[in-house]
Amino acid sequence: MKPISRRLFIEETGLGILSTTVLPSVTGSPVEAQVNSPAVSAPRTKITIKVNDVSHHLEVEDRWTLAETLRDHLELTGTKIGCDRGECGACTVLLNEKPIYSCSYLSVWADGQSIQTVEGLAHGDHLDPLQQAFIEHDGPQCGYCTSGQLMSARALLNHNPSPTAKEVRRALSGNICRCSNYNRYVESILAAAKRGQKHA
Amino acid sequence: MKGFTNVNPKNLTQAVTLLSQAQESGKKAAIAGGGSDLLGMIKDDLVSPDLLVNLKSVGGLDKIESNTSGLKIGGSVTLATLSQHPLIRSKYKALAEAADSVATPQIRNTATLAGNLCQRPWCWYFRAGFPCFKAGGRKCYSVMGENQLHAIFGGGPSFIVHPSDTAPALVALDASFHVIGPAGERVASAAEFFILPSKNAATENILQPNEILAEIHIPAPPQQTKSTYAKIMDRATWTHAVISAAVSLEMSNGVCKRASIVLGGVAPIPWPLPKVGQMLAGQKLTAQLAAQAGEVAVSGAHPLAKNGYKIPLTKALVRRTLLSLAA
Ligand SMILES: Cc1cc2nc3c(=O)[nH]c(=O)nc-3n(C[C@H](O)[C@H](O)[C@H](O)COP(=O)(O)OP(=O)(O)OC[C@H]3O[C@@H](n4cnc5c(N)ncnc54)[C@H](O)[C@@H]3O)c2cc1C
Ligand code: FES
Ligand code: FES
Repeated sequence: MKPISRRLFIEETGLGILSTTVLPSVTGSPVEAQVNSPAVSAPRTKITIKVNDVSHHLEVEDRWTLAETLRDHLELTGTKIGCDRGECGACTVLLNEKPIYSCSYLSVWADGQSIQTVEGLAHGDHLDPLQQAFIEHDGPQCGYCTSGQLMSARALLNHNPSPTAKEVRRALSGNICRCSNYNRYVESILAAAKRGQKHA
Repeated sequence: MKGFTNVNPKNLTQAVTLLSQAQESGKKAAIAGGGSDLLGMIKDDLVSPDLLVNLKSVGGLDKIESNTSGLKIGGSVTLATLSQHPLIRSKYKALAEAADSVATPQIRNTATLAGNLCQRPWCWYFRAGFPCFKAGGRKCYSVMGENQLHAIFGGGPSFIVHPSDTAPALVALDASFHVIGPAGERVASAAEFFILPSKNAATENILQPNEILAEIHIPAPPQQTKSTYAKIMDRATWTHAVISAAVSLEMSNGVCKRASIVLGGVAPIPWPLPKVGQMLAGQKLTAQLAAQAGEVAVSGAHPLAKNGYKIPLTKALVRRTLLSLAA
């Protein structure tokens, strides 16, 4: 049986929880329990996620979004947070090869899944053809939206290696560029597609 | 975000039990589909659940089954899957087009059909935390306020418009909604599932807090049936409909045998137009008839101070959508 810490006891009685099946395994000092701040008492879960082909065993707070876990706990800060509401696209990552907003998906829901972030695109000094094309065609301006644009573009080229300009625009319709450099992004992606999928 | 516990039920019985237990012990529970609406609501303190019941862990709820009598779609099927499904794209086109019109590729990859149908209203007062009917209060701030995007039909006491794109399509396709609760399953037609604020202003549908929308069934359309979903937005993508129209027409030698037209963005529920259906039945769909259908479509509309533009817009949308199918 799990030892019942003072904090767990306070949580249980405080919230009136009777079932232990839904209780998170928390450990903590009595000092924390007295503070009773939500940041301290937030339930946690152990998960395993594969990020850029590396497995990570983590204990996350249930409320952490995937974007928070990637940035604040795996130090993969290439993924950006703009709106934190599914309204900008800066946080786009691939979950099982499909682009999603990592700000709007919980880390616990990604347990056992595979994630690709912008850090997974280059192999050493070899840039992804998309990154190379973004440089050559001046895709990024301020650069804040760029990792999101790259991930949406990567997902597109993975299943449609030679898209039309219209298909590119549609695939990128969930990524806002505040610098409004949309035409250059489309140009870059078409150029990368032309050059071919494979890393040089 | 506020702290909560995420639970991963393996089946619907477990999920319902978790919801009921939470309710009995005075805890707040929320059902999570893809989370694209729910997590934003939690971040904005519009809901503050202690428990998230994650339906993505429920086995089999993400399946699409088809046979000669029709289609069964699990509540957890994503909008991306729906919009790309070959059979749905050919035989149930209004649904594929509606799913494809939602938000962005990223949202469609995680958003579920049940979540789309059960999403809360996107009225700016509700989303900004005003204590309106939808938040359990006793006032609709849009009546005397900014009501550009609000209801022209069926409003009162709340004037929200139902936000789901797939809902009008499913009403037009005669879908039925299978709901699982502590007492087992109950079935409602898509039209019965959504309720007007005059019946209950705090919610948008018949679901009780411990009930789950589990499956959507659509009968196989008769031969020669065509359907489509047309959506007008105030920008090209990534937003709810200003207004929309789902139309299903059963044709025979150029004559319309049966027509079902359901509007989105005009009322607190998907808004069916039975009178338009009646006037089209047995007729050849000409430009003149389509224009008349547009006129009939707006009879009985009650615009607020700032949404009168929805009347000519609705007329034009009904006319154009009918003609696009007749062509
Ligand atoms: C920027 C943005 C743009 C959007 N644009 C559109 C648009 O154009 N068209 C449109 O239709 N929607 C739009 N949405 C709204 C919505 O998030 C999505 O449409 C999506 O389909 C919701 O599905 P989900 O699975 O993510 O729902 P969730 O967020 O998981 O759930 C939504 C609500 O439904 C409840 N719920 C979920 N599943 C069930 C179930 N099985 N039974 C009972 N209750 C359930 C949840 O408790 C919650 O209250 C937009 C959202 C955002 C953030
Ligand atoms: S930060 Fe996720 S969409 Fe803006
Ligand atoms: S480059 Fe600045 S936001 Fe896109």
